[in-house]
Amino acid sequence: MADPKKLVEMLKSLEDQLVTCMRCGMCQAQCPVFAQSGREGDVTRGKIALLAGLAEEMIKDPEGVNNKLNRCLLCGTCEANCPSGVKVTDIFLRARAIMAAYNGMSPTQKLIFQQLLTHPGLFNTILDLGAKFQGIFTKPVNDMLGTSCARFNAPIIGDRHFKTLAAKPLHSDVPSLDTPAGASNLRVAFYPGCVVDKIYPSVGHAVLKVLKHHGVGVFMPKGQACCGIPAISNGDVASFQKMVKANIELFRKGDFDYLITPCATCTSTIKKIWPAYYEDKSDQITLAKIVDKVKDVSAFLVDVLKVSPMDTEGTKTVTYHDPCHLRNSLGVTAQPRTLLKATPGVKFVEMTDAASCCGSGGSFNLKFYELSQEIGRKKAQHIIDSQAETVATGCPACMMQMTDMLSKAGASRKVRHVVELYADTL
Amino acid sequence: MTAKALIKDFEAIVGKDNVLTSEADLASYSYDAAVLPNAMPGLVVRPTTSEQLGKTVKLCNDNAIPMTVRGSGTNLSGGTIPSKGGIVVLTTALNRILEINEEDLYAVVEPGVITSKFAGEVTKRGLFYPPDPGSQTVSTLGGNVAENAGGLRGLKYGVTKDYVMGMTFYDVNGELVKTGGKTVKCVTGYNLTGLMVGAEGTLGVYDTITLKLVPPPAAAKAMMAVFDTVMDACRAVAAIIAAKIVPATLELMDNFTIRTVENFRNAGLPTEAGALLLIEVDGHPAMVEEDAIKVEDICKKNKASTVRVAKDAAERNAVWQARRDALPALAKVKPTTVLEDATVPRSKIPAMMSALEDIAKKYSLTIGTFGHAGDGNLHPTILTDKRNTEEWHRVEAAIDEIFDHALALGGTLSGEHGIGMAKAKYMKQECGIAAIEYSKRMKSVLDPKGILNPGKLIVG
Ligand SMILES: Cc1cc2nc3c(=O)[nH]c(=O)nc-3n(C[C@H](O)[C@H](O)[C@H](O)COP(=O)(O)OP(=O)(O)OC[C@H]3O[C@@H](n4cnc5c(N)ncnc54)[C@H](O)[C@@H]3O)c2cc1C
Ligand code: SF4
Ligand code: SF4
Ligand code: SF4
Repeated sequence: MADPKKLVEMLKSLEDQLVTCMRCGMCQAQCPVFAQSGREGDVTRGKIALLAGLAEEMIKDPEGVNNKLNRCLLCGTCEANCPSGVKVTDIFLRARAIMAAYNGMSPTQKLIFQQLLTHPGLFNTILDLGAKFQGIFTKPVNDMLGTSCARFNAPIIGDRHFKTLAAKPLHSDVPSLDTPAGASNLRVAFYPGCVVDKIYPSVGHAVLKVLKHHGVGVFMPKGQACCGIPAISNGDVASFQKMVKANIELFRKGDFDYLITPCATCTSTIKKIWPAYYEDKSDQITLAKIVDKVKDVSAFLVDVLKVSPMDTEGTKTVTYHDPCHLRNSLGVTAQPRTLLKATPGVKFVEMTDAASCCGSGGSFNLKFYELSQEIGRKKAQHIIDSQAETVATGCPACMMQMTDMLSKAGASRKVRHVVELYADTL
Repeated sequence: MTAKALIKDFEAIVGKDNVLTSEADLASYSYDAAVLPNAMPGLVVRPTTSEQLGKTVKLCNDNAIPMTVRGSGTNLSGGTIPSKGGIVVLTTALNRILEINEEDLYAVVEPGVITSKFAGEVTKRGLFYPPDPGSQTVSTLGGNVAENAGGLRGLKYGVTKDYVMGMTFYDVNGELVKTGGKTVKCVTGYNLTGLMVGAEGTLGVYDTITLKLVPPPAAAKAMMAVFDTVMDACRAVAAIIAAKIVPATLELMDNFTIRTVENFRNAGLPTEAGALLLIEVDGHPAMVEEDAIKVEDICKKNKASTVRVAKDAAERNAVWQARRDALPALAKVKPTTVLEDATVPRSKIPAMMSALEDIAKKYSLTIGTFGHAGDGNLHPTILTDKRNTEEWHRVEAAIDEIFDHALALGGTLSGEHGIGMAKAKYMKQECGIAAIEYSKRMKSVLDPKGILNPGKLIVG
């Protein structure tokens, strides 16, 4: 497009939201990116002012503004604490879509979102190949995977101390499931999400084990697509529509009480982003049903299955990191801790600033690895200071980031999903 | 000198990374928390050491470049909008606490230290730094000193100026001036410290600040008193003070604010009430008990329908949560929130409150009022949408009238938010022409080229 007039026009559609920022600056206390850089352009207030400046044609450099806009983890901490109730995530996602429409996407981005992530079968095949050959990755594959679902680029880029692609992704072990409700009388749909499927299949297996133990039937259709967050946070609204559509088609067929995910980001995307941005009117009823039923796995175990704390305390010390997308977007903070306290052998210890972001934030980690690391280093230090042997969390992206950061700090701490620890004891 | 050469010079002082030149970076320093038009700086410089700060000031002066120092940019008076262009000097990297002295009860800090971080460090050592502006989680101590910021504890503990024992600051020539000291008593020379506090960056640039610390109160008790009318609440305030009790905090909320807060949090506030008083007494445990009973009694005598005394920490927190919610709740009602700062002698609060009611009616505006009843500092908060030009004119007229009333009642333009650009035009009305001329003469000698935050505080 690259027509400045059109850009201004599109940005005007954000105006009603932009003006709700009263510029109090209180978000400076919240933003992990600002905490590192100390620059106003990196904090919410600055980004909103820049967008407003662009819309009012007081600023003439869309690319400059876009760069600032991208320096955001979409962690939602500022939004959760904004006195004025500014819908920050919504503003930023819409602005990114506008910028992408204005600038156009890079060929790699197009390939990734439009060809790969929207075609789960192809995507799986390529990654399965990737898993086999990751020792000898060639440059183009590197590039492609690196920019793909930004949340799992880490394994193959730069000097990251990564968790490699799993030798056997979840979908090849368990392509699909359709089991009847057992003792619990409940049936859930299971959406592992890409990171669990391809990097942490053990988390997926843990969820299935736990569900089986509690007599919960599982509907897990074959060929699930990405939740769409990598596409929409890079401004590719069209690919996002396709991914959501593919998932809706799959889950429409099932009959279930809840839709469970072990990924904070997926849960929050389905709960908040799908209804706000998915456009196909004919799917709205199914969409509403799914949105209504989606639940984080630990929230399901504690709220629905009533898993409750043990009387006796164990000896294995475990601390917990609050994934932003669970805490800020869904308000899930108590249940994962309850689940840990309900896990035999676990002694729960709280770390300092458990709620602060780990610095992963999807494509942020890719685009601003240095900054992401600086934020992550703080997290790693808090984990180390807690003296816990294991850090547990509810977001596989956080797991990757913390593994990277702890490994760099030379700390031998285990990084596990809360549900894995629980499943270990069943 | 050309702009390019200047950039090189600044880079030589603070390093390339700390000179911001891109349009997006400049634009993000074109505003602060005040509702005023933006103005772009030509350059943003972020010194990381005291020495760099001094050299930066000198370079500006040598080239007659206007400079505006900026902490966190949360001031509500336009004090950091670079209205005359020039450079913005950030203090965010000058954020070290240099000393906390537990024997002599003082601390030395750099100007960019965040207020609540500092207060937290002090608390860890069993001491107390009382000034607590509502913005403390983000505001800097330099900004607090330059605006002479107050807070909820102003009534008993005073404001920032009561804690500044001394400082070093750079004059326009980049010379480091030392004033005040670390002793409780210090009367050497002119009281330059006093002159620098509240100067809003127009007379010099703070380098290090020495702050007084005090022992924390041993006990505290909070309560919430409910009144049918604002007048009853105000009479209670006057009676508490007349009974020679000085609560640490004595806050007022009007009906509109109560309703808005209740809407926001559903904490069970009495939405029918004309006003609430939120009160905290602190000090020696025995005295706290006694004062709390007396205060409760006085409120009841002044027609409080109920007085709820907090029994534990959770209840105490609930009382203060209601107060903390006032601004966020109001801010959500309309896009633009104009937080004013009119302050009157305590006895005139009823008169000021009824004037505010009249003004809201006259200009058909929504105004919620809360504030520090104990020290006469009210925050009438006008809720509007700046894009509605017609209404915005009414807002401006209403603000003029608010100040007219405050001054007529023997009050002041600003209790704690400063003058900046927002209120410079009213200065004559409060201080008189002689004070302005005197200030201008002083400024013209101390800052002959007029580089220090021009357009603020004293203009015209
Ligand atoms: C939500 C909210 C609540 C608030 N509550 C209160 C309150 O309760 N009480 C209160 O008093 N204020 C309050 N304020 C106003 C504001 O927070 C204070 O004025 C605060 O002191 C400003 O600090 P800052 O670091 O943001 O300073 P800035 O806004 O960056 O700067 C303020 C002034 O200080 C000058 N300055 C900064 N550093 C230096 C230096 N090193 N040398 C010389 N000059 C310097 C600047 O040039 C400017 O004139 C509130 C503001 C907001 C948005
Ligand atoms: S806290 Fe909210 S209203 Fe305040 S500046 Fe940040 S985004 Fe704007
Ligand atoms: S979403 Fe997170 S990273 Fe982005 S501006 Fe808000 S606090 Fe900062
Ligand atoms: S992965 Fe880390 S950065 Fe992303 S949401 Fe989770 S906590 Fe925030």
